[in-house]
Amino acid sequence: MFDQTRVTKATGLFLFWATMWARAYPRMVGALRERSWMFFETLLPVLAVSGYVFLYRAINAPPEYTGFAVLGGAMTAFWLNVLWSMASQLYWDKDQGNLEMYVVAPGPLMAVLLGMAVGGLLMTTTRATVIIVVCSLLFGVTYQITDPLLLAAVFIVTMAALYGMGMLFASVFLIAGREAWHLSNLLQEPIYLASGFYFPVKALGFWVATFASIIPLTLGLDAMRQLIFSGDPTIGFLPATVELAILLVLAVVFIAAAYFALSKLEQVGRQQGRLVERRR
Amino acid sequence: MTISQRILDLPLVRRSDALRTFVVATWLGWQIESNWADPFLFAVYSIVRPLAGVLILVVMYAVITASAFEDPTFAYIYVGNALYILVGMVITGVSWAIIDDREHYRVAKNIFTAPLNGYTYLFGRGVARLIIGSVSVLITLGFGIFFFGLPIRLSAIDWPLLLVSSVLGLTALACLGLIMGAWTLTMARHFWSVGDAVAGAMYLFSGAIFPLSVLPVWLRWIGFLLPVTYWLEAMRRALLGDEVASFDTLAFLSNQALVAILAGFAVVLFVVSAYFYRWALHTSKEKGLLDMESGY
Repeated sequence: MFDQTRVTKATGLFLFWATMWARAYPRMVGALRERSWMFFETLLPVLAVSGYVFLYRAINAPPEYTGFAVLGGAMTAFWLNVLWSMASQLYWDKDQGNLEMYVVAPGPLMAVLLGMAVGGLLMTTTRATVIIVVCSLLFGVTYQITDPLLLAAVFIVTMAALYGMGMLFASVFLIAGREAWHLSNLLQEPIYLASGFYFPVKALGFWVATFASIIPLTLGLDAMRQLIFSGDPTIGFLPATVELAILLVLAVVFIAAAYFALSKLEQVGRQQGRLVERRR
Repeated sequence: MTISQRILDLPLVRRSDALRTFVVATWLGWQIESNWADPFLFAVYSIVRPLAGVLILVVMYAVITASAFEDPTFAYIYVGNALYILVGMVITGVSWAIIDDREHYRVAKNIFTAPLNGYTYLFGRGVARLIIGSVSVLITLGFGIFFFGLPIRLSAIDWPLLLVSSVLGLTALACLGLIMGAWTLTMARHFWSVGDAVAGAMYLFSGAIFPLSVLPVWLRWIGFLLPVTYWLEAMRRALLGDEVASFDTLAFLSNQALVAILAGFAVVLFVVSAYFYRWALHTSKEKGLLDMESGY
């Protein structure tokens, strides 16, 4: 007759955990199934980095600046991932009809966002690594890692803060509607400039660097440069340990803000019936 | 009455399918590019990104040279990067028109089965981005003159060279953009990245921000095959006059030679783009790609 197997429903923390991995899964598997993406997603940053490296060579910059440009170029992969695959993602999902399924499914939306972040982070770390390896081989960049543990801590906390920001942006961009596309476009070069992707952010002066520190990659990149290239704190904006502490605060603030923004968005969206409206 | 309607009422335009399509497509492209925001926000958006792009180079240069903005190398870098805004806009513009029509608005099948001239339609869509790009270039150059003392003086500009090289260079670029757009018609995947990849490669190999002599010898020949290389050189010479930095890779070419090379590229690319477009449209229909929605 009928199979009487009992279906166990996930609830509570397990539901959160299961939802997160369910959303992360397509990103991780997608990267493996569609390997040709790797070509374009590493080629474009490699081209940009090469341009900046040759510019540095044309103006006789010291060799460590080649490494600065390579590291900055690799970090652009994370920023682009946050903009296009985190911040804009709920907008794309709405456009394609997935958002309504997320909303009516029992899994929490925060877990969906976290899954996007985890999947995107793993996928992008692979790409950033390829960019660093390729550019390092092409341009003969050498690294002097002075404190590997601190470097690992800076990277992990930077990513937590960055993807926390991406989760917050996802709600903001969803409200922005059609302008989400343009917002993502607008937040590329200006952020590369303000965050010092291709030069030490210290060169922009104290106040600009301070304001730019709201973007986690500003301090993260600055700390990583100090720890990877010379161990010389004079090239940095702030000491690496101080930057790590600020990044920790940013991570907590962004993730908490993302939680509140998402709750508010869902509440207002349900009340006004605009959560899945596709005209905007 | 809108400007586009007035142009459409001109006798010459009324008699030509191709011209009518071109005008309407230009108007449509402009609306799509600009009507998502109020004019002020759109102006800010159109200016901030290119300015930030050029300022990255300015800071890189200033950090290394202790702000030696009076050096001709700075003008070479700044003007090259400012002009390259147009290259990026035009090369990727037509591809994005295809992606928008096919994936976002889902009207590609209606457009390309309607009795209109698809080739001039794509040209028109590209022109809208060309207009936005031109404004960005002018503002970026003005910013450079005002803040960094870029040595561009109206009285010293070689206007005939500027005009001729602009027309020929932009024609060549538009045809390249059309080839990229037509190629997009035949693609099921990766169409988002192809235009950017080509524009990125040209940025590297055309000497936009550094002379070709900086590239390894075995890579320099790529630059000599690109119309952008000659267009940038001609435009720099026209704008900067005697202040232009001269590097041995292109210094042996006279202005007339640059114009002749650009004219050759424009003619060849025009013919190639027309045939390539016909082949690409046919292929996309044969393979059922014209109304494809990939969801990428």
